[in-house]
Amino acid sequence: MDDLRLTERSVDQTDIKISARNVQVFYGDTHAIKDVDVDIEDKTVTAFIGPSGCGKSTFLRCLNRMNDTIDICRVEGDITIDGEDIYDRRVDPVQLRAKVGMVFQKPNPFPKSIYDNVAYGPKIHGLAKNKAELDEIVERALRRAALWNEAKDRLQTPGTGLSGGQQQRLCIARAVATEPEVLLMDEPCSALDPIATGQVEELIDELKQDYSVVIVTHSMQQAARVSQKTAFFHLGNLVEYGETGKIFTNPEDKRTESYISGRIG
Amino acid sequence: MTDATAPLPAARATGRKSSSILELDARTRRRNAAEARFKTYGIIAICLGLFFLVWLLSAIVRNGVPAFTQTFVTLEMELSAEEVAAAEASVVKTSAYRDMIRAELIEQMELNGIETDMTPEVLGQLLSSGEANQLRTWVLENPSSMTEGATVTLPFLAASRVDGYAKGRVTRESLARDSNLSPAHLDLVDQLEEAGIVERRFNLAFITGSDASDARPEQAGIGVAMLGSFFMMLVVLFLSLPIGVAASIYLEEFAPKNRITDFIEVNISNLAAVPSIVFGILGLAIFIQFIGLPQSAPLVGGLVLTLMTLPTIIISTRASLKAVPPSIRDAALGVGASKMQSVFHHVLPLAMPGILTGTIIGLAQALGETAPLLLIGMVGFIASNYPDGVASGFLDPNSAMPAQIYEWAKRADPAFYERAWGGIIILLGFLLTMNIIAIILRRRFERRW
Repeated sequence: MDDLRLTERSVDQTDIKISARNVQVFYGDTHAIKDVDVDIEDKTVTAFIGPSGCGKSTFLRCLNRMNDTIDICRVEGDITIDGEDIYDRRVDPVQLRAKVGMVFQKPNPFPKSIYDNVAYGPKIHGLAKNKAELDEIVERALRRAALWNEAKDRLQTPGTGLSGGQQQRLCIARAVATEPEVLLMDEPCSALDPIATGQVEELIDELKQDYSVVIVTHSMQQAARVSQKTAFFHLGNLVEYGETGKIFTNPEDKRTESYISGRIG
Repeated sequence: MTDATAPLPAARATGRKSSSILELDARTRRRNAAEARFKTYGIIAICLGLFFLVWLLSAIVRNGVPAFTQTFVTLEMELSAEEVAAAEASVVKTSAYRDMIRAELIEQMELNGIETDMTPEVLGQLLSSGEANQLRTWVLENPSSMTEGATVTLPFLAASRVDGYAKGRVTRESLARDSNLSPAHLDLVDQLEEAGIVERRFNLAFITGSDASDARPEQAGIGVAMLGSFFMMLVVLFLSLPIGVAASIYLEEFAPKNRITDFIEVNISNLAAVPSIVFGILGLAIFIQFIGLPQSAPLVGGLVLTLMTLPTIIISTRASLKAVPPSIRDAALGVGASKMQSVFHHVLPLAMPGILTGTIIGLAQALGETAPLLLIGMVGFIASNYPDGVASGFLDPNSAMPAQIYEWAKRADPAFYERAWGGIIILLGFLLTMNIIAIILRRRFERRW
């Protein structure tokens, strides 16, 4: 592990963006997430790592209430964004999701043109008053997702015609086009090759200037490369949460150490 | 890498006896034989199916195509205003016109040197009994034809026996005990045909015309029934598509999964298997007896067929909604679309090809349905033609294509039997067209995504 790089990227931002207290998630009778307490900071990349089925994706989906779409899923505890409880009765999940964008494991562009993919969010949220503004938003989002140069000449071609890595960057562009405050990424690189992965990781690094990014990943190397904070989940418990450098070099918990050194997971 | 030259693994020496892959062992032979047998059964089944399909189609074509042609007696009529005025003044008007046609026929026969000792009445049996009325209608619509010295060439329908003779259905033997026509008539028909007066040609009136009474099969057409079917299909389309699609979207995307929705789901599947005649008696009880809508009306027929089509449309719509990958819904929700936006902007367009196919299949099924129509009286005998006739709207009594075919098949005269087959060709033509439209729509929608 490259210690120098890790200390260099140590955290100096400490505004808490998302705060979770005592979160429990049940799928029917299965207790999937147990007592998770976590504070996610603003303008920081936070990685969730852990073996398959440990609940990291489930917890991620709690943060923008995507779990609402699963009938048997029940969430307890408090999750606040900027001090506001997202599970409050008055909260409309649709409004929440405009604030907390999400990128999924498998690239899932809409079967429409590249332009329409990016413009969809701004359109339904009324972010653009006219076509020119919308064009500007689309260009900005595509530039931010490092897709502009490749896509600018084919904005009207179907998004599904792009390569896997381009599709995933299109999905990121789509997510940032709605100007979210938090970006959730559920294993965004698991379907990509190393080169595309590298591009997406660079992108994540840039995105943290403006957003709080939470990324779920199976790859510990990726967590070490892109994140400032890392949370290790195991069997539904949050085992350890801290600065990435510390988790990877000097973990406190035995289980974290075993996972990181490859003995479990 | 050093053991690359070592002898083959010891397991082979100690384990099973080594066998050559060049000869089949008994087990493999048995499995191959079973596979070959299964393939043969499959091919036999497909061949049987194809054989019956070809048989059916050739029977339909062989029996049905003659219905599209009809034998006509073409006469050059010289109509004078006095003659018409006299005919209009007489008590039985058509009788005067009939005499005019008969006189003309005799004149034409004399011109061509055809001799006969038949009385004009007996000779008149060559012509359809509806022709006097046809001539009268034509004359009243075209008063300019009555100028002095002008002749008009008019085709008159031959009697159905004469037509049957031209089509090989009627022979001299079969006429031996027939009171409608005698073998002597057929000799005349042969001579008239040579003279070019009797001629068999395409009969548009079969496609556009109305039904005719038992005594005049040569006049019967399927046009009015087609119109009835058209009105019914409009009702079915405009009711079942929105209701069916809305119901499926609600059930599939919005409804909570609980006992009640499960119960509804099971019942929809069961409704799809309910015999159509049950829907007919339901329609009779509700729409006609309870609500009091008129009998034989395409509106009622359409309502009954809507009930029957709804389960088909709901099931196919739900299947195509289910087939839309959940990642699309996630993607839409992830950018902050509401449930409804995600359904209407993304899921529904993707499910559209399937929904259209299901709807058109449902419509085609409804178009060919007969049993429920019999119960609500959609077998109206409409002998007058549209648009001046009665069959012009949703509430006027009418028939439907399959019901008309059933009616014709039921009648005794073999001339109607031929028309039933002809009607089936037209019905199949419609079904084929609908299926082609379904395919075209599906292709077009799929290309856009």
